[in-house]
Amino acid sequence: MADAAISSTAIPAAPAAARPVVGYWRNVGRRLARDPVTIVVSLVLLGIVCIAAFAPLVSTGAPFEGSVLHRLAPIGTPGHWLGTDEGGRDLWTRLCYGGRLSLLAGVIPVMAALCVGGGLGLFAGYAGGTVNSVIMRLMDVFYAFPSVLLAIAICGVLGNGFGNAVLALSIVFVPPLTRIAETVTAQTRRLDFVEAARASGSTAFQVMRHHVLPNVLGPILVYATSLISLSIILSAGLSFLGLGVTPPRPEWGVMLNALRSAIYVQPYVAALPGLMIFVTSMCFNLMSDGLRSAMDVKLDA
Amino acid sequence: MFQFAVRRLLLAVPVLFGVSLVVFALVHIAPGDPIDLLLPPEASPEVVAQVKALFGFDKPLYVQYFLWLRSALTGNFGVSIFNAQPVLGQLLVALGHTFLLAIPAAFLGFGLGVALGLTAALNHGRWPDKLCSAITTTGVSLPNYWAAIVLVLFAAVLHPWLPAQGIWPDGVPLLGQLRYLVLPVGALSLIPMGVIGRFTRATAIEVLNQEFVSALTAKGLTRLPVLRHVCKNAAPPVLALMGLQFGYLLGGSILVETVFNWPGSGYLLNLAIFRRDIPILQATVVVLAFFFVILNLVVDVAQAAIDPRLRR
Repeated sequence: MADAAISSTAIPAAPAAARPVVGYWRNVGRRLARDPVTIVVSLVLLGIVCIAAFAPLVSTGAPFEGSVLHRLAPIGTPGHWLGTDEGGRDLWTRLCYGGRLSLLAGVIPVMAALCVGGGLGLFAGYAGGTVNSVIMRLMDVFYAFPSVLLAIAICGVLGNGFGNAVLALSIVFVPPLTRIAETVTAQTRRLDFVEAARASGSTAFQVMRHHVLPNVLGPILVYATSLISLSIILSAGLSFLGLGVTPPRPEWGVMLNALRSAIYVQPYVAALPGLMIFVTSMCFNLMSDGLRSAMDVKLDA
Repeated sequence: MFQFAVRRLLLAVPVLFGVSLVVFALVHIAPGDPIDLLLPPEASPEVVAQVKALFGFDKPLYVQYFLWLRSALTGNFGVSIFNAQPVLGQLLVALGHTFLLAIPAAFLGFGLGVALGLTAALNHGRWPDKLCSAITTTGVSLPNYWAAIVLVLFAAVLHPWLPAQGIWPDGVPLLGQLRYLVLPVGALSLIPMGVIGRFTRATAIEVLNQEFVSALTAKGLTRLPVLRHVCKNAAPPVLALMGLQFGYLLGGSILVETVFNWPGSGYLLNLAIFRRDIPILQATVVVLAFFFVILNLVVDVAQAAIDPRLRR
């Protein structure tokens, strides 16, 4: 009973004539809607996601069919407005389909690491003591590897393939997310209202659900969005090295690598897949910045 | 101070032990037997056993680990499966080439980053801030392997100004050697420039909002001495991040080295992966991680030397 009283009194009932209480998340949304940069990058990202999702509709050809006669056509060729790649396949079509794997390989590892690392960090930060030490020292070991090196090493020994690249990146992103989650949870746990909830008999789960989680979610999410940008660059980089997605499947990193030798023939066509990687990762970075200032989150490195 | 350094050093030992364990485990969970690549499929079982014994693959895993650790600690990383040459020699040459890129890239990236970050912070909210922030955000968003390709495109393909591939051949004079460094160093410096620039800006803005800045200004100090105080206060966290970034440069140069066919440690690692050359792979990853741990240690101690509050 006592805890029910606590959680219901956490938000005071608004007096009849007063203005309605505006929630934290609605405030964040309002601030985001007033930020032109965030709106623009959200629209661009939405466009990229739509192009990838509806690739069969927006593309102008088949992703695997090409003719050697039309290989490496320049930008603006009739029928191939972005030119063709080294196999004579329509580049626009390949870029559309390529977005599918590139976006998935960017988002899935962060999601997976968010679940594992976020959970571990919350647990370690809330439990404290020995549990915290064991988890965090374990993470220190993985922190000893530069992230690119660890991803390449894991992918290198597991062999190439989309799944292995995603797995490698997920492992790489667990330690930083754990550390962020642990830091903010440990800070929140020391606050008076958490102490009050515990003193009035809330169970650990209730305290976590109603008092800790709402306060730590913001910083963790902001950090995760900034990781998506890195994840997209790294996953395409793994494919670029021949460690991720394998040709002829379309993926921006693979396409960039395949077109690398064509740089002397069709320099602008060869640079296009990389441009997609850059624009997408830039959008995620700017969105993370927008979220950060809208949520008023301060994060260390 | 000395106590802090010793304690920090002791903390690094279990981490290094963990690192060696991870690298060893990593290679042995890999599918595929490296022996299969060396020998033709029709090789007799005796030959297979002989080669396995030669590389120590016939012993139980934990014995392999301790043997590997013991020899690694004395600098003996075995011989390459691919060319039977000692690993250490090849690794040292490659590391030398990587440092040749990483050190100038660090100086260039950190210098530009600090300049851009400070300019942005001092003009917070005005156009120089927006311009500098746009540059630094571009730096962190650029895939450096693509930036490398674009640099090659402009400075080697469209305009034949600079060499686009590899390290200089023997007999090239010093000035000519520098020409080979320009493009790879430029591509490598983008990420540190962006990361340090963004972090310098955030840190400097935070320091500028502290009360001592208003107090100093109220006391009548001019802009420059105030700036000196701001820099002193913002320096420790920025320095710490620079240490980390230098580690990332060493470990993350693999993509840029691949684009430029630069014979560094990343290129070596890439070759080792495709040849399934386990001794080289293990040695490269362990040595780079070791550098990274030591670098972190040095940074922590340096930070504590600058700011006594950190000596907890």
